[in-house]
Amino acid sequence: MQTGDPMLELMGWLLKATLQMATPLVLTALGGMFSERTGVVNIGLEGMMLVGAFSAVAGTYYVGSPWLGLIIAVIAGGALAGAHAIVCVKFKGNHIVSGTGIILFGLGSTTLGLQVVWGKQGLSDSVERIPEVVIPQLRDVPMLGTAFGSLSPIIYFMFIITALSWYVLYRTPFGLRMRAAGEDPSTLDAAGVSVEWTRIVGVVLSGALAGLGGAYLSIGFENAFGKGMTAGKGFIALAALIFGNWTPIGCFLAGLFFGFVTGLQFIFPILIPELVTLTNLVKILPYALVIVALAGIRRSIPPKGIAVPYEKEVRV
Amino acid sequence: MPQGGLTIYAVELENISKTFPGGVEANKNITLRIREGEVHGLLGENGAGKSTLMNILYGFLSKDTGRILIRGEEVELQSPQDAILRGVGMVHQHFKLIPPLTVTENVILGLEPVLKRLRAERLVETKHFSSLLPIDFRGAADRIRRIAEENGLHIDPDAKIQDISVGLQQRVEIIKTLYRNADIVILDEPTSVLTPQEVDDLFVTLEKFKEAGRTIILITHKLREPMVLADRISVLRDGELIGTVNKEDTSPEELARMMVGRPVVFRVEKGPANPGGVVLAIKDLTVQDKRGITAVRGINLEVKAGEILGIAGVEGNGQTELVEAIAGLLKSREGNILLNGKDITGLDPREVREAGVSHIPEDRHRRGLILGFTIAENSTLGRHHRAPFAMGPGRQVLDLSEADGITEALVDTYSIKVSDIHSLASTLSGGNQQKVIVARELSANPKLILAAQPTRGLDVGATEYIHNVLVSMRDEGAAILLVSAELDEIMSVSDRIAVIFDGQIVAVKEPEATTAEELGLLMAGHKQDQSSAEAVV
Repeated sequence: MQTGDPMLELMGWLLKATLQMATPLVLTALGGMFSERTGVVNIGLEGMMLVGAFSAVAGTYYVGSPWLGLIIAVIAGGALAGAHAIVCVKFKGNHIVSGTGIILFGLGSTTLGLQVVWGKQGLSDSVERIPEVVIPQLRDVPMLGTAFGSLSPIIYFMFIITALSWYVLYRTPFGLRMRAAGEDPSTLDAAGVSVEWTRIVGVVLSGALAGLGGAYLSIGFENAFGKGMTAGKGFIALAALIFGNWTPIGCFLAGLFFGFVTGLQFIFPILIPELVTLTNLVKILPYALVIVALAGIRRSIPPKGIAVPYEKEVRV
Repeated sequence: MPQGGLTIYAVELENISKTFPGGVEANKNITLRIREGEVHGLLGENGAGKSTLMNILYGFLSKDTGRILIRGEEVELQSPQDAILRGVGMVHQHFKLIPPLTVTENVILGLEPVLKRLRAERLVETKHFSSLLPIDFRGAADRIRRIAEENGLHIDPDAKIQDISVGLQQRVEIIKTLYRNADIVILDEPTSVLTPQEVDDLFVTLEKFKEAGRTIILITHKLREPMVLADRISVLRDGELIGTVNKEDTSPEELARMMVGRPVVFRVEKGPANPGGVVLAIKDLTVQDKRGITAVRGINLEVKAGEILGIAGVEGNGQTELVEAIAGLLKSREGNILLNGKDITGLDPREVREAGVSHIPEDRHRRGLILGFTIAENSTLGRHHRAPFAMGPGRQVLDLSEADGITEALVDTYSIKVSDIHSLASTLSGGNQQKVIVARELSANPKLILAAQPTRGLDVGATEYIHNVLVSMRDEGAAILLVSAELDEIMSVSDRIAVIFDGQIVAVKEPEATTAEELGLLMAGHKQDQSSAEAVV
């Protein structure tokens, strides 16, 4: 690593930290968007992330390829979301209760999995990470080299998936149907489209993306699974979803903002050495800023039909 | 109709029965045949089962028993898609439109055209993976424009539903059926939300449909409409088909008798009013609605003791805000509201109630009742904090047995059909729910009664009952402000009629000295001296 202007290097480092912190948030928030835009509240994102993070490591551990581990994580997240979908859509259960169950299941099952697979209680064995994308030409450029020289491919996926989400939601028949399912399911039904199917696909998609977000934590950023390693990121993603007003671009920007604020906590003690003794206070900062941000925004407008089970056979 | 030996039927419904979860028998063994190319009126009171029957034909509701044939072919309709593909279209009473989406998005929903060069040739419906191809928005908008032009239904495909008028929204619904090539079009109470002028436009459109050979089923509870438009008329009552008649062979009186099951008195029996002093005086009242738009613009009104003042107007012209401002539910911007000379402007709803105002709200579910509370609890609402409903120090404890006794008496006096006063309000029929509200509000000995759409959605029996109660309250000296969208109700119950248009009172008439046509024109915004213009239907 070249030693350039330390201030520039710091900025580059902050940029990279922002991307790293934001990626799981953006991916998971986009997932939550697909669920909530079709009308199903998904507070279970945290649990789906955890299961994704665990499955990625366990999959890599057994199969030997982190790429297959990544796919397994996406499938596992989607499957867990499938359970949420069946409870909420098929059986018209309460979305919050089901989501709480998903969170608890995610925490419990991965803790148990640690014990079963590695016989450990806190941290799994190390596995191979998803190799980073290195851009040699960029490595020596000040700031940019630090920021973009070597990044996990999942970070690039995050950009692609944001664009794809926008395309699907606003430019395809399926996206139109999803938006309709969340606003007014009865209208979608009258248009001859299955509300249940549309909602189930939306929820499963949310789990797949949350699983990908979790996998980034365990085999993109780290190289092992730690008990409860998502540490509330699923909830922050939920906040990003609301802060971003349930839109793809909004989720992306909100995720980046929260990622940036999280990155700041590593920078502050470097800039202001007096803060080193107050590490715990500094760690609170991003979460405090999240609350300030959420309190300060214009009122978000959720989809109209959210959390309302669709009852077909009622007198109209 | 051409009767050459074999009649072609567009739709045959045979022995259709439908019972909703909860036990309401909406359709009882109905057999109905609709001829190709006719306009068929489906007449009946609210709750007669008209919408249910047509929603079964549209595949939106499932039937319990019976057969459906479309153009002679027996069909099993699993979803509206099955009906749409067979050319059945439906304009629902409560529009199936999504406000934040554009006209185009609403029209194409469910049958979205995708860009052709990307689409595999064999795919016709947008299903599975083709539903992830880009929508051909421009092609769709062009097609909508063309359909609109051909049928004289001008519309901007890029406008959002939430930004256009109710009349235009209905156009979008009609275009939706045309976009799907529907040749059997069901319209559910299409005129209930329209101004008289918009009703005329709609009738012109329907005439065009008929000329184009489309079959039209017109659901309505208003006698006039099928008598103008329909070739044949079927009448439903309590879920049963009473009969089908040719328009030429029937009369409004016969239809009314079929609908209600007994001869109908079209006018309310009441003696002349005996007005006393002014109870309610409104001076230059200006009110904004919840979105901050001025809904009431400088209204002056007086209601005297012992008189019923009817407010006639198309919904959305400020009636709701006027009533809510008097009731204290909305704050007024300017002007004063005086009750017996005392200023009650800006008081909160409880203070207004205590001053002697009773309010029968237009939305009985949102403002009138708590559906999850029992009938007894609902009957105490608004007075629960006072004797005799509250007891103990500071009146902090409800006297439940007292409340039960009073409720029993109300149920008796107002002949409310309930199994038990401790059953939930949600278990009552609409008419009985309304009676609970009326009983509660009128038993408070009000000086002023605000009655907003008091008979909306009620059958003829309950309507008659509520009219009679209002008249007898008038005779006992109460001042009554009646707001109604039904011109017949306004004309038969009121002692004076004020017409509201665009937040202003445009005329005050005596019911004997005016006609429905004149009121209709005034409601549509015509100036008084233009009333010689073509009368509206």
